[in-house]
Amino acid sequence: MIEYQTKKEKTVIFLSGDIDHHSSELLRKEIDEIIRKTEPEETVLDFSGVTFCDSSGIALVLGRYKLMNAAGGKVTLCSLPKSAKNIFLMAGLDRFVRIKEEV
Amino acid sequence: MKREILNFFEMKIPSKSINEGFARMAVSAFASQTDPTIEQLAEIKTVISEAITNAVVHGYQNEPGIIHVKVSLLKEKTLKIVVKDKGVGIPDIHKAMEPLYTTGNADRAGMGFTIMQTFTDKLKVVSRPGKGTTLTMEKAL
Ligand SMILES: Nc1ncnc2c1ncn2[C@@H]1O[C@H](COP(=O)(O)OP(=O)(O)O)[C@@H](O)[C@H]1O
Ligand SMILES: [Mg+2]
Repeated sequence: MIEYQTKKEKTVIFLSGDIDHHSSELLRKEIDEIIRKTEPEETVLDFSGVTFCDSSGIALVLGRYKLMNAAGGKVTLCSLPKSAKNIFLMAGLDRFVRIKEEV
Repeated sequence: MKREILNFFEMKIPSKSINEGFARMAVSAFASQTDPTIEQLAEIKTVISEAITNAVVHGYQNEPGIIHVKVSLLKEKTLKIVVKDKGVGIPDIHKAMEPLYTTGNADRAGMGFTIMQTFTDKLKVVSRPGKGTTLTMEKAL
């Protein structure tokens, strides 16, 4: 189970562990369930507990952006490990989501 | 000219997604003998993860198969990684390597090859449709 906090129109989802092809499908389902349940205007994905992230994380973020954008909402990423930030910028994710240092 | 191999290891793993994490740990443990920086180690883990994932998802189409991995430490502190599958192969390598190009579902980003290219110094792909794919990467540490 992923932990999350919701206040006002903002839901903060705390990701942890390795994000790869092995983990990302379940992760996607859990995140989308939280978004469906809380219907936020802004979804914040907090990466501070993430120990590894490859291109599966790019698809995960892009998919959540599409989901939120379709409902008129936005996605923010925070506390990205350096290597994750590198590959996210490589994919141009910063055109779609806000990348913050802290929550 | 053949370069001197200081050390190497080889492994064969079934194309199960659980082995993506295992391969990352194995390769990063092997690479640690060269005292890489934390950033280099993260890059090594990322490229091996991309390569194994591609063999599992694309090469073997999530069906059972064997992935062959060989990692060598060459003289002049260069890590060489070879990942081989006997899966479906890649019909158009040039196209496959374009950023954002994917034949996968929405869980794929089409960024695997771009990341492997960026995080290594050399990337060679040899593939034959119906025969399989061999990926060779080199990274100076
Ligand atoms: N080992 C492989 N066997 C067959 N096809 C492959 C293999 N590796 C990559 N490909 C092809 O190249 C495309 C691009 O790969 P990649 O850049 O890693 O992006 P993604 O894995 O997200 O699709 C894949 O969608 C697939 O069509
Ligand atoms: Mg890939």
